[in-house]
Amino acid sequence: MNLISEPAALERAAPRLMRAEPLLRMTDISKRYGDVRALRGVDAVVYPGEVMGIVGESGSGKSTLLRMMNLEDTPDSGDYTLRLPGRENENLFDLTRYERRMLCARHIGIVYQNPHLGLLMKHSSSGNVAERLLIAGERSFEILRSKAREALDASEFPLDRMDARPIELSGGMQQRVQLAKAIALEPALLLLDEPTTGLDVSVQALVLDTLKRLQRDRRITMVLVSHDLGVIRTMADRVMVMRHGEVVEQGLADQVFQDPQHPYTQQLVHAKL
Amino acid sequence: MSLATLTKDWAATSYGFLDASAKRELRRKMLKAIAVPGCQMPYASREVPMARGWGTGGLQVTLTLVNPNSVVKVIDQGADDGVNAASIRRFISRVSGASETWDTLEATIVQSRHRVPEEIMRENQVLVLQVPNPEPLRGVEPNISIARQMHADADYGKLWLTLYEQIVRKGRIMQGAAYPSMVNGRHVMTPSPIPRWDVPKLNMSKHLTILSAGREKRLYAVPPYTRVEPLVFSDRPYLVEDHAALTCRRSGVSGFFMNELPQDGGGSVFEVSDSNLGIKAIDCADGAPDAIGDTWYRNGEFSA
Amino acid sequence: MTTTPLLRVQGLTKTFRMYHLDSMLHAFEGVSFELHEGEFLLLRGHNGAGKSTLLRTIWRSYLPVGGHVFYRSQHGEIDLANAADVDIALLRREEIGFVTQFLNARPRVAAQDIVAEPLLLAGHSQTEALDQARHWLDQFGVRPELWRAYPSTFSGGEQQKVNLARALILPQRLLLLDEPTASLDVGARAALVRRLADLKAQGVAIIGVFHHPGDVSDLIDREINLNTRVVADHSREDEHVAV
Repeated sequence: MNLISEPAALERAAPRLMRAEPLLRMTDISKRYGDVRALRGVDAVVYPGEVMGIVGESGSGKSTLLRMMNLEDTPDSGDYTLRLPGRENENLFDLTRYERRMLCARHIGIVYQNPHLGLLMKHSSSGNVAERLLIAGERSFEILRSKAREALDASEFPLDRMDARPIELSGGMQQRVQLAKAIALEPALLLLDEPTTGLDVSVQALVLDTLKRLQRDRRITMVLVSHDLGVIRTMADRVMVMRHGEVVEQGLADQVFQDPQHPYTQQLVHAKL
Repeated sequence: MSLATLTKDWAATSYGFLDASAKRELRRKMLKAIAVPGCQMPYASREVPMARGWGTGGLQVTLTLVNPNSVVKVIDQGADDGVNAASIRRFISRVSGASETWDTLEATIVQSRHRVPEEIMRENQVLVLQVPNPEPLRGVEPNISIARQMHADADYGKLWLTLYEQIVRKGRIMQGAAYPSMVNGRHVMTPSPIPRWDVPKLNMSKHLTILSAGREKRLYAVPPYTRVEPLVFSDRPYLVEDHAALTCRRSGVSGFFMNELPQDGGGSVFEVSDSNLGIKAIDCADGAPDAIGDTWYRNGEFSA
Repeated sequence: MTTTPLLRVQGLTKTFRMYHLDSMLHAFEGVSFELHEGEFLLLRGHNGAGKSTLLRTIWRSYLPVGGHVFYRSQHGEIDLANAADVDIALLRREEIGFVTQFLNARPRVAAQDIVAEPLLLAGHSQTEALDQARHWLDQFGVRPELWRAYPSTFSGGEQQKVNLARALILPQRLLLLDEPTASLDVGARAALVRRLADLKAQGVAIIGVFHHPGDVSDLIDREINLNTRVVADHSREDEHVAV
């Protein structure tokens, strides 16, 4: 059978009904590390309130892309805009280190798989949350305290332990501290890099549930990177499938999982099921 | 014209001990430090006949500033008569011909270890503070290169965080001496290990303050009339040491920073830390015309 | 009818390409029909005829390979067959509902909260949403002591009731039903039929696949038989045989 002659799925049109402008737009992002082409012409668009899932195996470039969204790394080429007041048409990769840091502190929250990357392990949990607010210029101890408490509570962290050091906490609790820190300033964009990988399955379910709740209550725009299709399926509205630094397929989450179009996605989905 | 007319005769040391190029470097770095208040400037830190850590940074600054008309006062924890202070003062006058004094009002240069005198300093005076550790971020960022970036970005979140942690853990800010302070609203500096009592004296002061760390090879400055604001939370006021009600057992003055002398019985007696202030007070009581100048604190309250 | 149809399906074709088997699976080809507001369309056909596949293709869980699904949304007409993903997501939030037999239960979310969620997302107040949620849980026969419990522990029948309450709480303009009566008891089935009749009367257009179409026979306006490869529109009077 000649597959090539068979009809492929219809090409999707540009959005017509969606009136909101995308919050995040990345255009033609390419990055090379030595001989390795980590990203090749990646485009990404995320609308306000959406959860965008990025799946792919290790080395597919998904975490590199997320790090770029957090302005931790810059590509060799490509543009990145976030629809923030006063910054609508600015390529964020052109910002200075200082501007980048302030923008990230105020508008982007991130939860890393490894809590050591996101937390000061020997400071109190509440202090880890308060640091964000301090960077943004909050100088009242009582307000720092109450806002830290609020964010930890929203992350369903037990408040009687709010001054415990993350190093004394379980993995699930550490992720909640990271999450509280990430949402303390009500970011426009929440980035999640394998947030539940390495946690016990039951703990993972609880953390995902917290994320779901937050998403529902606050309509935070999220980009979630995971190699775990189950996590993506639970969380994401739309999915990008990455392989060898390229986006091989994207679509609505249920469509990508039920009717994958690309051979690699089919392999991925079948391997999971 | 011969070479002899263009050069000086050989001498064992240059004027003011340091050679001309060393002093030129220090002058340049001091000007730079004044231009960017609170920003640390690296310098070469030459050898002086004193061990690193004993005030070599302050000494190099003083040796650069000094001239035969200078009047030099050197204090160690407020005292003019400590061995270290006396030795440094004599060394300075010996290599420069400057005159020596114990009186803050007479001095043109006050080199100090860990205190700011109690009498208000004037526009034509320079305070040189000896600094053991010039980096306020050392406790939160051991990597000097990153700490410099943090200063450049005014990234002081972690420093604030340590203060937050102290209140959370101990109920109050535990930082005693060397209280981190924002200079001119831009750079955070450590004001050398002066007590909290002394930090307000640097704020909008008339005199120039130069802080220099010989071992760490950095100096920084607070120019006259420059804001120096201790890092405090808006709802946790800055507190100085609780010395306002203490009285000096020798001079009888009260309302100044005191040295505590523990007694065998378990109690303590106190002596005024600025020893020349105590001497002036005793002389006044004896009828001498030795007037005490205006002080930053009056009746234990900061008033300048 | 003289009004413009809500949905115009033209030549809709779906094939699955399975790379690991190196083969194609033809689901349906050239399906065409129209659907007006307040109409109830029954999809018929033997097992594997592509009834569910057609529903999912309109819902866009499946991507069609040909044809059009013109849908007259409140924001203007759009072809669901090739609409952008975000547009589909928007319509799913606001206008098009899909009811399956499976509940997507989440850990630690109470039955009443699951049911109330679509109302909350649509901007209703917390109290109003919860009141409505309890009303519909009650209608479908979920006992009040279960309202605050987590449905992940419920039996299949109870889960399905929660699922229906959630799916039908917010009136949509187009409702796709994929065997919603499977595993329902008699009481819940009756409640479902009542609710569907209400929705239909309010102008909701419904396309359904039913294992026992007799349950909803009074609601059916027309039906389509997917057994033949090319499907044309049949009117109810000619073709429908009550089961």
